[in-house]
Amino acid sequence: MPLKLPLREAKRRSNLVLLSFVFLSMPLSLSAQKNSCVECHLQLENSLRAPAEGFAADVHKQFGLGCPDCHGGNPAQDDVELAKDRSFKGSPERSKIPEFCGTCHSNSEYMRRFNPNLRVDQLALYWTSRHGQLLKKGDTNGAVCTDCHGVHGIQPANFPKSQVFPWNIPQTCGRCHSSADTMKAYGIPVQQVDDYKQSVHAQALFEKKDLSAPVCNDCHGNHGAAPPEVTSIAFVCRQCHPSAGDLFSKSPHKEAFDALGISECEACHSNHRISSPSDDLLPGGKQDVCIQCHDAGTEPHQTGLKIKQQIDGFVASSEAAKALLAGAERKGVEVSEAQFKLQDATTALVLARNLTHGLSLPEIEADLRDGSKILAEVKSRGEAALREAKFRRSGLVIATIFILLLAVALFLKIRDLKSSPKHRG
Amino acid sequence: MNKWWEKMQAYLEPRFQLSAIRDFAQKKKVPEHKHSFWYFFGGICLFLFVIQILTGVLLLLYYTPSVDAAHESVQFIMSQVKFGWLIRSVHSWTANILVGVLFIHMFSAFFLKAYRPPRELTWITGFLLLVLFLAFGFSGYLLPWNELSFFATRVGTDIAGVIPLVGKAIKTFILGGPEVSGATLTRFFWLHVAVLPAFALLIMGIHIILVQSLGMSKPIGIGETKEIFFFPDFILKDSVGWLLILAVVGAVCVFLPWEAGPKADPFASTPLGIKPEWYFTFMFTTLKLVPAHIFTIEGEVLAVLGFMLGGLLLMLVPFLDRRAAHEKRSPVFSAIGLAVVLYIIIMTALTYLAPNIGK
Repeated sequence: MPLKLPLREAKRRSNLVLLSFVFLSMPLSLSAQKNSCVECHLQLENSLRAPAEGFAADVHKQFGLGCPDCHGGNPAQDDVELAKDRSFKGSPERSKIPEFCGTCHSNSEYMRRFNPNLRVDQLALYWTSRHGQLLKKGDTNGAVCTDCHGVHGIQPANFPKSQVFPWNIPQTCGRCHSSADTMKAYGIPVQQVDDYKQSVHAQALFEKKDLSAPVCNDCHGNHGAAPPEVTSIAFVCRQCHPSAGDLFSKSPHKEAFDALGISECEACHSNHRISSPSDDLLPGGKQDVCIQCHDAGTEPHQTGLKIKQQIDGFVASSEAAKALLAGAERKGVEVSEAQFKLQDATTALVLARNLTHGLSLPEIEADLRDGSKILAEVKSRGEAALREAKFRRSGLVIATIFILLLAVALFLKIRDLKSSPKHRG
Repeated sequence: MNKWWEKMQAYLEPRFQLSAIRDFAQKKKVPEHKHSFWYFFGGICLFLFVIQILTGVLLLLYYTPSVDAAHESVQFIMSQVKFGWLIRSVHSWTANILVGVLFIHMFSAFFLKAYRPPRELTWITGFLLLVLFLAFGFSGYLLPWNELSFFATRVGTDIAGVIPLVGKAIKTFILGGPEVSGATLTRFFWLHVAVLPAFALLIMGIHIILVQSLGMSKPIGIGETKEIFFFPDFILKDSVGWLLILAVVGAVCVFLPWEAGPKADPFASTPLGIKPEWYFTFMFTTLKLVPAHIFTIEGEVLAVLGFMLGGLLLMLVPFLDRRAAHEKRSPVFSAIGLAVVLYIIIMTALTYLAPNIGK
């Protein structure tokens, strides 16, 4: 009897443990639902295996979506025939991809469940794009969603490895736009991406890692991609360069450009291969752009020459002041305040260079006059610093002579003491 | 004039017993032998310390110990205050020269076995002074609140944090929080101008009294030697050294004034090649070279403990070197001392010549 009770107790306990295990493992078994799509496709090769492999890192998977959400079917079934039930859609034809993706991405109610900030007008914009228009005409060479975003393994646009992350966009667009074979039929040149890579914008993006630097989609749009019209180029550039744009709009150039149908910024700065602006673009410079419309010796060209001379003079004075401060600094004099002041002069120069878009010589002269006053002060501080360096060196020579004379005197005194009777004693 | 002088002496004599001091000074003699040259480094240390106090007091007139104003006040001293550049440069350069001369003074006393009885306490007070002046250097380095000093302090206090058991508490106490901040600057300033000077003056006082009362030690094996008077012979010779040091400091300050550097930005990433002041670099490079683990103990912890133990043994050397205590030569201690000197020199040189070592 005493033996039976512990046995019963042990049995009761083992039943409890078994029940607890079953109860606790229920959610696990529910979450680890069967996915026969992935299981089968992983056993296949090449293009049939790729979707199963790529989907592991896909943004849709991260949000809990699976194969049937896009392709239909029943992944719980092992049998292929049963898995591809009536709901199975398979992979869409290329011409139907935009609508296929748009089923969800144009549905604001559905998208709000995953990301309330995500736009849902991509499909509408796409149909307005040159790509969409081509597709509408039945030309399936036009880019569709998957050409830019990938198929399985799609990453969010803010993920650095995404095909549409800023520093990957030129390459993504270039896959088609740098291909002579693809572009031949449309008469579109193919050097844009190469040109862009040499531009000041690419330099900012790739070298300085400045993600705000423009890439293809910033000027051409992304889902509604189309080349900007001549009249709209200026608005595109104004997104980032509003001050230069405003000055240009007030300048005499605005009316003339509009009348002649010349695109504003592009006429002087080019488009894809926009180089770092320099004073050489002004009349008399190595890359004089004014000469395109104004012959040398004409009044507008002469005005431009005057502007360049003013700016060149200021740059030379600024460089001289900088050299003066550098010299004083090398000689050990603290000139950080003067160097800070020099930055104000540099700001005046930047402002004057920007004012060239307005073509107002008096305004440029007034700005450079203010800058010159600052430069004069910096120069004066630099000269004072050099005088201070000279004073320090002279002081050092006098002090060292005095100290050495004192040391010699002490040495003589010590020698004198050595020969004194007291020392001998 | 004579009457006035006599009157003043008559007033001071019963109050200060000047004649006793004068008699002591007149009678005090210093042995002169082939190693006497090394005696002068003690005097040079004292001279440099006096310069430190004088220039430090002057810097206090303009220096502001706060994160917002420390760097600006140093820049103001360097650019706007008349001779401010000279005062600050002399303060910074003499601080570095002082640490170098302290090392020379300590190791010369070590190799001459000047720590022999009855001068054990002279040695111990001297060792404590070296530690105090290293603390002076460490705390003073942060005060200009520039980029280099900020990150070097971070590196230095990280080393303190490695000490087992108490390291984190010590680091938090030194920094006044988990990171180098305004609280650290206030603490370092408090240490630099109040606590350390008080201790330094006290211990230096004891050290000088011991040197004066016990006289200067003669190296082992040097028998009867010539002696010279402390006043004025020895002092005059010392003064020549002081004047030469002064001339060197002046030249260095004019040609290489101590820079204020860019202001510290706690949110900036640590600049490449950051390292502590030169006198800590032998420890810094050792920590870089030491393996991650030595017999399951963290290499860094072992190295820090090793330095602490080494310091303790160095301080207690008068009690360990029994042969020297009995006026016998102790070549083993000399060899160990030589190895330590070489180690410090090699590690310091490696810090500057091979900055990427151990990375």
